[in-house]
Amino acid sequence: MDLDLSEEQRLLKNGVERLMREHYSFEDRRKYRTEKLGFSEAMWMRYAELGLLGLPFAEVHGGLGAGAVETMIVMEAFGKALILEPYFATVVLAGGVLRHGATEAQNSKLVPAIAEGRMKLAFAYAEPQSRYDLFDVETEAKRDGEGWVLNGTKGLVLHGDAADKIIVSARTAGGAREKVGIGLFLVDANAPGLMRRAYPTQDGLRAAEITLQNVRIGGADVIGDPAGAFPIISRVADEAIAALCAEAVGCFAEMHAITVNYLKTRKQFGTTIGSFQVLQHRAVDMFVELEQSCSMATYATMMAGERDVTERERALSAAKAQIGQSSKALGRQAIQLHGGIGMTMEYSIGHYFKHVTMIDASFGDTDHHLQRLASLGGLFGDQAIQR
Amino acid sequence: MDLNFTADELAFRDEVRTFCRSAIPPDIREKLIAGRHPSKDDKVRWTRILAQKGWAVPHWPIEYGGKGWTPVQQYIFGEEVSQTPAPEPAGSGINLVGPVIYTFGNEAQKKYFLPRIVNVDDWWCEGFSEPGAGSDLASLKTRAVRNGDHYIVNGQKIWTSLAQYSNWIFCLVRTDPDAKKQRGISFLLIDLKSPGVTVRPIQLFDGYPEVCEVFFDDVQVPVDNLVGEENRGWDYAKFVLGNGRVTIACVGLSKERIRRIKELALRTRVGGERLIDKADFRKKIAAVEVQLKALEMTQLRVVANQSKLEKGTQDPASSILKIKGSEIQQATAELLMDVIGPYALPYQSEEEFQRGEPAIGPDWAGPIAPAYFNGRKVPIYSGSDEIQKNIIAKVVLGL
Repeated sequence: MDLDLSEEQRLLKNGVERLMREHYSFEDRRKYRTEKLGFSEAMWMRYAELGLLGLPFAEVHGGLGAGAVETMIVMEAFGKALILEPYFATVVLAGGVLRHGATEAQNSKLVPAIAEGRMKLAFAYAEPQSRYDLFDVETEAKRDGEGWVLNGTKGLVLHGDAADKIIVSARTAGGAREKVGIGLFLVDANAPGLMRRAYPTQDGLRAAEITLQNVRIGGADVIGDPAGAFPIISRVADEAIAALCAEAVGCFAEMHAITVNYLKTRKQFGTTIGSFQVLQHRAVDMFVELEQSCSMATYATMMAGERDVTERERALSAAKAQIGQSSKALGRQAIQLHGGIGMTMEYSIGHYFKHVTMIDASFGDTDHHLQRLASLGGLFGDQAIQR
Repeated sequence: MDLNFTADELAFRDEVRTFCRSAIPPDIREKLIAGRHPSKDDKVRWTRILAQKGWAVPHWPIEYGGKGWTPVQQYIFGEEVSQTPAPEPAGSGINLVGPVIYTFGNEAQKKYFLPRIVNVDDWWCEGFSEPGAGSDLASLKTRAVRNGDHYIVNGQKIWTSLAQYSNWIFCLVRTDPDAKKQRGISFLLIDLKSPGVTVRPIQLFDGYPEVCEVFFDDVQVPVDNLVGEENRGWDYAKFVLGNGRVTIACVGLSKERIRRIKELALRTRVGGERLIDKADFRKKIAAVEVQLKALEMTQLRVVANQSKLEKGTQDPASSILKIKGSEIQQATAELLMDVIGPYALPYQSEEEFQRGEPAIGPDWAGPIAPAYFNGRKVPIYSGSDEIQKNIIAKVVLGL
């Protein structure tokens, strides 16, 4: 057991943190939001220069060949700065699909474009009725000669408006909620028949509802087995959860630091409010949530690549449940301890609160994951049955 | 960065596990699985088994019988013992006063007391709290007045765990009433068989006489029994309270409890189905498991960091171990209450059990409610949750 970062990992951490410090103040963020796609194109290129856009991809395809720990480092730093760019959508989600499902030919075409900042991707895995069930896919893909024709509606496609290409999950066989019969299709965002209704999300990012009407794609744009891609989706979702946990921990750390600092500076009744025991104890409650979340984000990172699918799912569900629970407990106190100023759009704390709340509502909330964990038999006690 | 145990660590775990499983007397193990209190004899038997193996005090310096294990190995050992389940080795001697003696004591004290602690020839208890000095421990009033080669001790200690089994007590006593309150305190080792000592057990509301009052009435204590310097006792007390931190989370114990909950929920039928098959019950267990896993990971982070910290400093994360650990212990005790349901009601004393009276209701029901009641002590002892939070606010958050 070794919890130290390697020298390279430390350098990565320092590099990303410096980039955020120099270019991602809360003021900078406000400006970036007013750009055309709701984020900073210049920052995107900086991520490319630093190698972040190619981070998890294989070196033969122009990536850095890094693993889950590196993604955790980057996502945590991004969480602290509350970045707006589609890193999660492009690199973690769509990138994950490519890493686990794409052919050599597909990867060597797409990965360099992503790594160099020339191409953004989105992953359309959800539908209006599917809630958190990744296998609840009604969008249809029908054979059409060598290619396929897609029809259906995908919902909540994160950064769907900025994407050049969209990876769509669609059913090629089986009933509406079956895990078999699901395929993954790489669709050009400008393909005829693809309509995007783009909108801002609660936390200042962008997303789109996407309608597919007889959208035709070539046979070369299928990713993985067209009737058996669900394992790819579920694996990517678990990696996404690990990344979101790390991002949330970055947010929590910042929310806690901002709040403690406020307690040290805000004066009422002739003294700093941090001298009041009831408020001190709440700050400690926040600290406990932060530490527990940090522990579970680490656990999620370690387990994201676990080969035993049941073990992996148990672990990731536990982590996501912890993060969701903490986002409520810690977030609630962060706002409350600020009082009125914490309610304003111009102060940062509410923006963090919104983002961690949206993280809870992505890839399964606390309730969903507690249920999944419970149905998988929980984390401890296999020996109970044996005893 | 790798959370997995190395091959050596895994081999070590298997070695500890195999030894504990084969060496634990079955009657003690069954008692612990059922959630009943191990007796003094049980604890002595088990500690001597460990001592024979050379494992009674693995965390001590090698010269006093320690093993020189890494923090990770020590963690694995503690986990395996509590998951066997086996009793904690005779706690107050091995974990509390032993380290004070080898760190601050003189050669004669080390030579006499340390081997006796390892072999449980002495049973130690901790005399810190007083009726007027609970959370405000430094306001303690028990007086020790120097008179030639002796101190004359007068006063009263309370909440002294298992003093009725003990023959030695380590006490905080006031030696300088004029100094600022933390400064006038000394650390004394007192033979409980000394004339003038009275021990009176206090029954806790679950029925178990777990703690005592200890009265000192003109008790003569040789000056040789002073540990370290006079009036420096507060420093040693802080050292004692700081030492318990990593094990205080009781992760192994809570894991064992969760196994027990699942095992009993398998046997319990509610509305025609097994309790373990009820989705809402499973979800309740899962919610506690998540917290426990997070605590285990926090503990591993602390353990992994230990070797890197300067001596005497603490990882900020370690400060949450007790708060969160006690919360989880309450939660598992509550889940056991959910499992037993109405047959929590009958009260059967330990004496009835010893006499072999048949159980009322399921044979595993008896200890569950008392354990739930007894568990309320956890957020109170060894620095209440509120005191812990005060410390974190001050030391970690700088408030």
